[in-house]
Amino acid sequence: MAKASTTPKMDDFRLGSVSDFAAYRDSLVAARDPNQPVIVVCHGTGCQANGSPKVSEALQKGIAAAGLEARVVPLIKNTGCHGFCSRGPLVIFQPAGLFYQRVKPGDAEDIVNTTLIGGKVVERLLYHDPHTGEPIPYDHDIPFYRHQQRIILKNIGKIDPTDIRDTIAAGGYQAMAQTLTTMTPDEIISTVETSGLRGRGGGGFPTGFKWRRAREYTILSPGQVYIVGNGDEGDPGAFMDRTLMEGDPHAILEGMIIGAFALGASQGYIYVRMEYPLAVRHLGIAIDQARGLGLLGENILGTGFDFDIHINRGAGAFVCGEETALLASIEGRVGEPNIRPPYPAQEGLWGRPTIINNVETWANVPHILEKGAAWYAGLGVSHSTGTKIFSLVGRVQNTGLVEVPMGVTLGHIVEEIGGGVPGQEKFKAVQTGGPSGGLIPYELKEVPPEELQLARLGLKSRGSLPVELKELPVDFDSLLQAGSIMGSGGMIVMDNHDCVVDVARYFLRFLQEESCGKCLPCRLGLTAMAEFLDRFSKGQGTPGDIDELQSLAQAIVDGSLCGLGGTAPNPVLTSIRYFRDEYLAHIVDHKCPAGVCRDLITFSIEPETCNGCGLCAKNCPQACITGKKKKPHAIDEKACVRCGVCRDVCPVDAVLVV
Amino acid sequence: MMKGPRPDIDSILERYPRHPQHLISLLQDVQAAFNYISPDHINLICDHLGVPITKAWSVATFFRSFSLEPRGEHEIKVCLGTVCHLKGGERLVEGCERDLGVKRGGSTEDLRFSLDTVNCLGACALAPVVVVDDQYLPNTTHPRLSKLIKKLE
Amino acid sequence: MSARKGKPTIFINFTIDGQPVQSRPGWSILETARHYRIHIPTLCFHPAVKPWGSCRLCVVEMRYGKRGKITPSCLTHPVHELEVLTSSERVINVRRWVLEMLLAECPASQEIKKLAAQYGVTATRFPIRDPHEECLKCGLCVAVCREVVGVEALTFGSRGVKKQLETPYRIPNNLCVGCGCCVSVCPTGALQARLDTVRGDISRRTGHGFAH
Repeated sequence: MAKASTTPKMDDFRLGSVSDFAAYRDSLVAARDPNQPVIVVCHGTGCQANGSPKVSEALQKGIAAAGLEARVVPLIKNTGCHGFCSRGPLVIFQPAGLFYQRVKPGDAEDIVNTTLIGGKVVERLLYHDPHTGEPIPYDHDIPFYRHQQRIILKNIGKIDPTDIRDTIAAGGYQAMAQTLTTMTPDEIISTVETSGLRGRGGGGFPTGFKWRRAREYTILSPGQVYIVGNGDEGDPGAFMDRTLMEGDPHAILEGMIIGAFALGASQGYIYVRMEYPLAVRHLGIAIDQARGLGLLGENILGTGFDFDIHINRGAGAFVCGEETALLASIEGRVGEPNIRPPYPAQEGLWGRPTIINNVETWANVPHILEKGAAWYAGLGVSHSTGTKIFSLVGRVQNTGLVEVPMGVTLGHIVEEIGGGVPGQEKFKAVQTGGPSGGLIPYELKEVPPEELQLARLGLKSRGSLPVELKELPVDFDSLLQAGSIMGSGGMIVMDNHDCVVDVARYFLRFLQEESCGKCLPCRLGLTAMAEFLDRFSKGQGTPGDIDELQSLAQAIVDGSLCGLGGTAPNPVLTSIRYFRDEYLAHIVDHKCPAGVCRDLITFSIEPETCNGCGLCAKNCPQACITGKKKKPHAIDEKACVRCGVCRDVCPVDAVLVV
Repeated sequence: MMKGPRPDIDSILERYPRHPQHLISLLQDVQAAFNYISPDHINLICDHLGVPITKAWSVATFFRSFSLEPRGEHEIKVCLGTVCHLKGGERLVEGCERDLGVKRGGSTEDLRFSLDTVNCLGACALAPVVVVDDQYLPNTTHPRLSKLIKKLE
Repeated sequence: MSARKGKPTIFINFTIDGQPVQSRPGWSILETARHYRIHIPTLCFHPAVKPWGSCRLCVVEMRYGKRGKITPSCLTHPVHELEVLTSSERVINVRRWVLEMLLAECPASQEIKKLAAQYGVTATRFPIRDPHEECLKCGLCVAVCREVVGVEALTFGSRGVKKQLETPYRIPNNLCVGCGCCVSVCPTGALQARLDTVRGDISRRTGHGFAH
């Protein structure tokens, strides 16, 4: 009978040595038939929201009902996020890679009969090329996947994250076993330095450099050292860390164990946002199972090295993604950042040297140690090595998670992988780096480096920028030169329906709510900037206000204590630089070209399109829509508050926004 | 919303050693079990960990997930991440505020519903997202949400 | 400036606005400046407590060649041959905007009005929320109650723009001993105005209706 993988009860036997581990792994691999059919049902947060657990259940029932013989009964495996979120729920037949999208529980019977028993594909569930209409049955052929280089995401979608045996059979903990027994701490740190790995959480700081400094401070002042994994992915629009923590938690644990060994740490913490309950759960299960096998805890694999990890949940504060605020929160204090220097590598948790890295950075570490620094440095470009995971969302055909080597062009990501903007040739802008980042328009303009915060980040400009956005290489330095930052990897595509002034205002209000309030430039300054933008969105203000706003922004950048305030002006500054015309349209012409800013738009009903159904009038909270049955309706513009409900309920799209 | 039998406060306290470092974790467990943190809870937590009441107060009011007043039976959380905002998340919140007669962050008088906004749940491809009692609703529209609220009433 | 027993004292030589100065070990740039009577404005600094660095008025520019870094002088320790500027363009920009925002945040405070006027800021374009407010949330009262008196009777609640100076549950705190240190260190009249909300009724503690 088919069994969906449930959380297995692990026999609590500890692996006492590397050879024990190798033997265990070999036995797991030998017990698995690579040709055994496995039905994979994506259980990432996105697909779960779309009902994938019900799909899994329906498939189980369908298989049981069909009474299939034991030798053809496939396993059903619930895995982490496959990344192609706009097509979920996803069901994939391994090992062939047959890819079904938008599967509903009602499709289970069809799948069982046609594919499992009949050996044929269910055409309507296949992915079809949006331009030619051709069906593409296998996942490795689908452009969304074909153009990626999934190294860090390799296991996600193939393993059951709640069963450590899947991870081990797929190669997990091998790098750790090798590293702990054949390398010295110095060699490990040198390897990370040579690889060129830079932090994936937003700062892009060279990881090896950080580790080297921490090691020096530990030698100067021997004692406890701490390892921390930052899973407080707060940037709205980014869900790379969520996917990693949910779908391949052991990758992060393995990286942290290696780091702990290199620094001589015996205690580690992973800080996870409470808004990611599945990630908290899967990390907890992973830690328990790793401990049970002796891969974590006391005397890891008999090497005499002790290291354990504790999970701290975030309590709803974006500012706790800032490293000093995060450490304060682990200490049980309010998440108020502290001045740096001293950096956590020197004085972190309880005054001791602490290495804090983003969870995606940690997940890179085992790969570097396993395949070598030269291999890693060969991926990407010289100043931004390796691959990066991006969350491509917004106005794009294929939204989801994308992993590419650093240095590929933005066009490659948005058009070849993302499938372009539906209904349009060009997109208006791409927003990268979350609230700390910027908006880059389709047609770039050269930005002199002095105007950017290069000095603050200690970087030099590299050459000139391409004219069109799609030629822009996606790496740390190029994005910085264009006026934005890579940030944690959120990439939001915007089109003509998105108002730049509104987006800048949104980010400011977001940061204003999340500010810790300790320093005046941020606490008061973000409100002050938001007030400017509120006026602009109402069509008030003068062009001179734009210059005042820039001066205020500079004061906030200079005066803020931490990165939250210090980077808060970025969306505003880049949007002014690249979209000044749109600001002027609001201020001088009192128009919102994108049709978003409420005070500058009017709602009306197109009489030719309106079918007189009256849904709008029924739902209007102001009761300001009138019309007889089956006759065109009309909105009283004076009473209209532009809430948008009529547009939402209209079945024939008759509501015009101008 | 509470699930299953409520653990008593003593058993929750016993999960943590008596060290100030556990203040936030302890507050989280109490919040999850009782749906809010009462003055008695604060006193017991401070005694257990050895922290002054002012510290517990500043921590409990700093972080968004803690509530010092009882929350509604049904928690409605509307995501206002960037993509959800672009796809009309703000209108959804306003719609709920109108339907329930509460402002965001508040609860109805009969404590049946609480309305909150959340910053990015990480399901951006399905924007706008609303979570009602741990159930994720993808691609939500106001009519659908209204219907669900009426069903729960 | 004699050396401590057995340990040579290391003085750090640097310049503030071109003037050569010397700091004792452990001194911040601000403390050094105050020693030399070089004026750097500040609201949240007090020698009795550890610096918190919230008002940011004491920012200075540290120059390395052509590059400059803006940093709060109360929290930054000098290094040899550092060039510190107390009135560069960027520093003045930070001060002027902070003071203008303070005029809107604490409109009732005469001290802030005077300080702002010293730097040419006499009006504010930002909306005033509470015309009676004087508290700028500098943190001095909280710090002195915690570090010097050891009672921890008051604290900050909430965060961001909602950050408030208050007591738990916003009722008077019986832990307060009524020493008045918070009032002494407060840079404005804010705490004087709200001391009763912290202190409560002292006679409750003695039980016989008298304060002592």
